[in-house]
Amino acid sequence: MSAVLEVTDIKKSFGGITAVDGVSFDVREGEILGLIGPNGCGKSTLFNCILGQLTPTGGEVKLDGKVVTGLRPAELNKLGVSRTFQLLQVFPKLSVRENLILAGQEHQGNMASRLVGRSDAGLTETANQMIGFFKLDHLAAEPAGGLSYGQQKLLDAAMAFMGGPRLVLLDEPAGGVNPSMLSDLKERLVAINREKNATFVVIEHNMEFVMSLCSRVMVMAEGKVLAMGRPDEVRKNPAVIEAYLGH
Amino acid sequence: MSGLGKSLKIALGLAVIAGLIIVPMNFNRYGLFILSQWAVMTIAAMGLNLTLGYAGQVSLAQGAFVGIGAYAAAIMTTHGWPLPVAILVAIILSFAVGWVLGYPALRVQHHYLAFVTLAFSTLAFLVFRNESWLTGGIYGISNIPRPHFFGIPTNKPLPFYYVCLGSLAIVSVAVWWLIRSPWGRAFMALRENPLRAQSLGVDTRRYTLMAFAIGSALGGVAGALYAPLTQYIDPVPFNLSLSLDLLMMVIVGGAGFFLGPFLGAMIAVLLPEWLRFTEGYYLMLYAVAVMLLLIWSPTGILGILDRYLAERRTKAASALRAVAKSRLETAQ
Repeated sequence: MSAVLEVTDIKKSFGGITAVDGVSFDVREGEILGLIGPNGCGKSTLFNCILGQLTPTGGEVKLDGKVVTGLRPAELNKLGVSRTFQLLQVFPKLSVRENLILAGQEHQGNMASRLVGRSDAGLTETANQMIGFFKLDHLAAEPAGGLSYGQQKLLDAAMAFMGGPRLVLLDEPAGGVNPSMLSDLKERLVAINREKNATFVVIEHNMEFVMSLCSRVMVMAEGKVLAMGRPDEVRKNPAVIEAYLGH
Repeated sequence: MSGLGKSLKIALGLAVIAGLIIVPMNFNRYGLFILSQWAVMTIAAMGLNLTLGYAGQVSLAQGAFVGIGAYAAAIMTTHGWPLPVAILVAIILSFAVGWVLGYPALRVQHHYLAFVTLAFSTLAFLVFRNESWLTGGIYGISNIPRPHFFGIPTNKPLPFYYVCLGSLAIVSVAVWWLIRSPWGRAFMALRENPLRAQSLGVDTRRYTLMAFAIGSALGGVAGALYAPLTQYIDPVPFNLSLSLDLLMMVIVGGAGFFLGPFLGAMIAVLLPEWLRFTEGYYLMLYAVAVMLLLIWSPTGILGILDRYLAERRTKAASALRAVAKSRLETAQ
């Protein structure tokens, strides 16, 4: 399996604090990689460096073998990298369907065709499929701000898939989602991973969720990679137990 | 039911349009002037509504763009150019200047951005006043001609009112199209959550600049109609207070609502006339009314309507749920 994403020696410091301290790893085509570690260990900062929200102090990010370090988030998204955020990020005044159309429209045509072309950029059908897939049918026309937290979380994830991304970075998708909805979410993620051959990197604190979803897990502590391996290997690693999982 | 609501809306819209065409036929010169002014100010406020209401970029410079459009039209038409060409030049000029003014918005937001645009507004006023070789300075430009359309002169108030109304119609259709296009959706995304928009591939830089440029261009259109409407311009109408007036029209009407500027401009242009009987007090009454309105509904007049409709929808939805629930219980 070839690497979709190669991260080499990424560093990011804020003033005197080094949040990410020389992290290297790669993500293989089609896998679901888990990223765990204590709060403040640099997981989200690493995501932001990879995705162009932050400029890394040092290091290199390669997508399909091409250097993409320093590209803007919108440019990376056009190259097929999508994400969700730790905190909910939907557009509250737009309806569920409009949120999804927005999430896909910039991947259709160009600026001019988006102005003079169809108002839904030809995406209503795709949006409806996504709505059905995430079981949001009865809410399609509601403003996203009126949905429950868990439903917004599903919408948030659904939006990340609208552009047909190859690589999706999910930042705590399970946070604040109730157990029944969580198993739904997991089922959806696995289905998209298999059917669309999308590669995932998932930050999550819910160990059961991570261990059952991911093929490999990377553990970070204090800005560094502490361990990397299969879920069962990582779970037994003494350093990981010490730093994160607890006895 | 929604089908009926839609046809009712269309009927109401047609009635208003017919009213705007027919009723003013009996108006005197002054009434027609006020109504023309309403149409012109609505165009300028629609531009600001695009920049501020939809794309969320604060601007205190819309009045300056009305000035740029007005001077462009005044200078060109007094040198023999036809008005449509002058309007085109006004659009291109204010679009370009608006685009440049958008660059600070890529770095600063909210009240910082307000200050940048305020400075620009002052700068534009100083150019209008001091560059007398071009603008006539404090003496302004007089004898601005009105155009002939299809051989019909628009020197009289009624034909020129129709020119303003027709322009408003064209601008309205264009803006309606724009906000329903993917661009409109991207503008709203820019307003609600630029960070998330970026991560979904929305080129926030380009859309921010576009929001400024298009909004400013509409200010230019309004100016290019204002000049032949008054047939005399000097720098004073285009100072900061016009920008503030336009801002108030957008906010009072309802920022981010398509019909907000129509309503806001109506209040700003007509209310002073209706309150004329109060003599010196009308500005005070106006100020108090605006304050009370914004305490009651920070989202403007259309915000009240929007809230009412949302409440009704919620009630209808919970009634449906209640019916569904009782059915379930009976089934059990």
